[in-house]
Formats: sequence, structure tokens, C-alpha cells
Amino acid sequence: MDQTTPTHIEHAHMLFPDGMQLECGFLLAPVRVAYRTYGTLSAARDNAIVVCHALTGDQYLAETHPLTGKPGWWGRMVGPGLPIDTDRFFVICMNVLGGCMGSTGPRDPRPDIAGEPWGTDFPPITIRDMVRAQKLVVDALGITRLFAVVGGSMGGMQVLEWAATFPDMVFAAMPIATSPFHSAQNIAFNEVSRQAIFADPDWHGGRYWEQGAVPARGLAVARMMAHITYLSEEALTRKFGRRVRRDPYNQAGSLSLFGEIFEVESYLRHQGSSFVRRFDANSYLTITRAMDYFDLGADHDGDPSRPFHGTRTRFCIVSFTSDWLFPTSQARLLARALNRAAANVSFVEIDSDKGHDAFLLDEPDFDRTVRGFLSGAAEHARIG
Amino acid sequence: MRLDQRLIADMIRPGTRVLDIGSGDGALLDYLFRTRGCDARGIEIDMREVTRSVAHGLPVMHGDADHDLAHYPDEAFDYVVLQRTLQAVERPREVLRQMLRIGRHAIVSFPNFGHWQLRLKLLTTGRMPMTAVWHTPWYQTPNIHPCTILDFLMLCREEGYVVEQWMAVDEDGERAPWRRSIRLANLFGEQALFLLRRRGH
Repeated sequence: MDQTTPTHIEHAHMLFPDGMQLECGFLLAPVRVAYRTYGTLSAARDNAIVVCHALTGDQYLAETHPLTGKPGWWGRMVGPGLPIDTDRFFVICMNVLGGCMGSTGPRDPRPDIAGEPWGTDFPPITIRDMVRAQKLVVDALGITRLFAVVGGSMGGMQVLEWAATFPDMVFAAMPIATSPFHSAQNIAFNEVSRQAIFADPDWHGGRYWEQGAVPARGLAVARMMAHITYLSEEALTRKFGRRVRRDPYNQAGSLSLFGEIFEVESYLRHQGSSFVRRFDANSYLTITRAMDYFDLGADHDGDPSRPFHGTRTRFCIVSFTSDWLFPTSQARLLARALNRAAANVSFVEIDSDKGHDAFLLDEPDFDRTVRGFLSGAAEHARIG
Repeated sequence: MRLDQRLIADMIRPGTRVLDIGSGDGALLDYLFRTRGCDARGIEIDMREVTRSVAHGLPVMHGDADHDLAHYPDEAFDYVVLQRTLQAVERPREVLRQMLRIGRHAIVSFPNFGHWQLRLKLLTTGRMPMTAVWHTPWYQTPNIHPCTILDFLMLCREEGYVVEQWMAVDEDGERAPWRRSIRLANLFGEQALFLLRRRGH
């Protein structure tokens, strides 16, 4: 497995020397937020959309990724004439706090010990911390009200946190394939991912940089397991079925137990190995933990509607029929919580067999929903 | 938009908050927003209609009258509209109670089972009547709680609802002329349209 650390790339960013107080009480300073923008901010600064990325996404939303050379993760959704139309809207996408694509995270040097990265000592962060870091950038751009905040999966959690924490700043919110709290099942999946990383001999207690190593096997296994949860049985069957191929790395030939591999195995191995080239294990731990902590009702006796009482934000909740990681039942809990707050809510379940990842893939009904919701909201917001 | 939807829209004051249960293609929502400046939202059970409505920029959520009204706070709306659906819900009385809890007014339309053609067909053929309005056989119909205009009035009386306005309408939505006599309306009206409020409001 390729164990080279990612080559250093200078990501466009803003630096906030005063940093920010995290929810855990720790003052993190300085704070750097890497971001990309698409489209043009209007003179009235009223056409900005923040797109929040998911667990392993980043700010390279709609352009070739500088590290992987692959197209942006939502290039089919964001661009001129596309549902999130950059001829019309100014789109901002920021790497989350704790990430490894230019925003402050565990791989950065810690200010108190010279020459040493944070590693596992990076303070625990929350989804709200991520959102507050994003707000530093939005404020610095002179934007007082976001036209919309859009995101799927963990990005959807950030959307909800934006609307709950800064209700007057968010005109429209589109939480996609997400939930008002991280479920026990999803925490369990994250825990398996983390244990896979801990079990890697190259983990070295989280100080793998000292050995010039990365826990590539553990991180790859974490990714493989997680990737299964992003798909669906139908999608796996359609893509791979039970097809087998000879394992090119197995010398013993097809007579041995693993001489032949199923195509689905080969696919997962590829997903795992390509992931470790672009992602840091400590970031993975930090961000999955932030997801686990996410619970809109936590400060409100378990009632996720309370943060939204009196909200004027227009919401559009989207779920997908075959998503078993963030199922429609959880989206419906969210819809009902927003109903209890008398919020303006649209709620659509898109028919798809592609599982949780459907929000990243070609789903014409979903595209129409995004385009229509944003156009309708723009009409209400009276923006071009 | 159907003519009876126009009659419904005429009952709604401009600039108010409206929930349309069973918003279908969203025609009423769109009309209320564009011509009345209403904050009009919809609930629709058919997901294709929901997707189509949201794709047209209308605030519609997937749900139904029986299960989703309980989640709204008291008096969240000025008007709650239920078009041609009361006869198909699981618990019509509970749905009406919820409508008048979450809304100051309820606007209800339903097909009238007291129409003379239905009465005559049942009397002469001895079989479940089938007409242009009631056009599905008994074993297939979603209309599990049909009622007559008189039945509905009795229920309103029992529940303490004030009938602010009522009218009988024919299938095409033209207002029928039986404005004064409930008995004539119950005999000749194909669809009924009621504007209700709770007593003391």
C-alpha cells in the first residue's frame, strides 16, 4: 500500500490569528480556514450560498482536485447553469475545522511545542465549532446574510447547525441525507472505523509522523467499511454482482482460497488505498467524533425543535429511499421537529437505489428539487 | 386551477398563513402566494406531486392528514385547507379537530353522498351507487368515510364548530344555486365547501 504522505499544497485560506473558543472551552489560535469560491458576489452581497462538505469531502467542490486530479465532488451540481447556478449565486465551500485540506487540524503544528504537530492532542471539536469557523470567513467577506446553506450527510448537520446557531443569517437551508442527531448505529460504524485505525501497527499511538509512517492499512479498512454504508445492496449488486477476477497480487493462483477475488472486494480495496493518499488518520478521528457528538436536542432536553422556535429560515429536507445510513425515518424526525417550530419546511424523499451517496450522483429528481427550492427561495428573498 | 379552488381562495384573507393538506400539484399554493401574498404551505401524500411542487419552488412536505397534523403547534396557521379528502382519511373527526387546533379556520370540501343520484341508484338497483363523482367500485375505493352535507353539519354541531360559510358546488366547481336550503343542497349538491372556526374564536 502506498505510504507516502500527501505532497504539500498551498490551499487558498484565511488566517484568524485570534482564533476561536471551542465548545469544549479550549481557545484554538490561530485558526486557518481553507476555502474556495465560485461565481460572483453581488453588489448587495445577498446571493451567497455556503455549501458544507461531508466527512471526507473538502473545499474543492466544483473544480479539479489539486491532489487527486479528479473532478470536484459536486461538479455536477454546482456551476454555470447547474442547479446551484454560479451565474446567479456566489458559492463558498470551506474545508471543515479539524480537516486536512488546509484548515486547522491535527496535522498542523501546535503553537505550544515547537516542531510538533497536534496529532491526537488536537482538541475535540463539534459540528458547531466547524460552523463558527466558517462564519469567520463569511464575516470577513462582508456577508451579513447567507441566501442559503446547503449540504449532505455531515454537511447537512452543518446546515442545521448554521440555521440553529445563526438563524438571522440563513435565509434558506437545505439539509440533505442527514439527521437531527447522530444515531447509535452510525456512532457504532464510526467506532469500528476508529478501532481499525488504532489496530494498525503503524498507528504508533497517534504519533505516526515520528516514525515517518501513516496507519494506511487501518485508515483503508476504515474507509472500506464506511464506503459500504454509503451504498446500498441494490447498488452493489448492480455494479458488481458476484463477478470474480484473478487476484493479480496472489502468486498461488486461482486454486488457493483467495486466488480469485470478487469485484466488490477489488473495488473496496481501491477505495481504501486511494483514500489514504489524501486523508490524515487523526483528522478522520477528529471529524468522526464531531459527528458522533452531533445532537440538535442535546441542550434542549432532547427536543430538536427548540433551537428552531421563531425561525424564519425556509427549509428543504431531502432524503433518499435506499439510504440506510441516514434513512428517511430520521429525515422525518427532523421534518416533524421543524413542524413543531412552525418553520417553513419542504420535505422530499427521492426515489433512488444508490444509497446514501445518491446525493453525489446522477438523480434528476434531486437536481430538480435543488434547483426549484433555490429558485423559489430566491423569489421570496427578492434576489436576482 | 379548478373552480372550487378559486372559491376556496376567495375565502382566504390576503397575507395570511395557510396550510393546504393534499396540495396536489400545488396550484392553490401558487395562486395564494402570487395573488394573495399568503405564506402558503402544503402537505401531500403522493411523492411525485411533492417533488414536482418543490421543484416549482413551493414549500410542500411529504405527509398526510392522519399522521402529520399532530406535530404542528396550536394556531400555527390562519387557515387549514382540506380539499376533497375528508372522506378518504382514517379518522375524519380527529383530522377536523387537528385542523381547528393548528388553524384558526378550517376550509373543508368533500363529495356529498346525499346527492339524489346516489340515493336513487341505491334505491332502484340495490347496489353501491356509481356516479361521475363516486366512480370507483366499493372494493377499490379510497373513500372509506363518505358522508352527506347533513351528516357533516351534525358533526360540526357536536364538535362545537361555527360554520362561517358553506356552499354546494357541482363537480366542475361551479357554485350551485342552493344557498339557502341545506336540504336542497344535500339533494342536489355534488361537492360541499365549508369554512369553519372553533366556537369562542
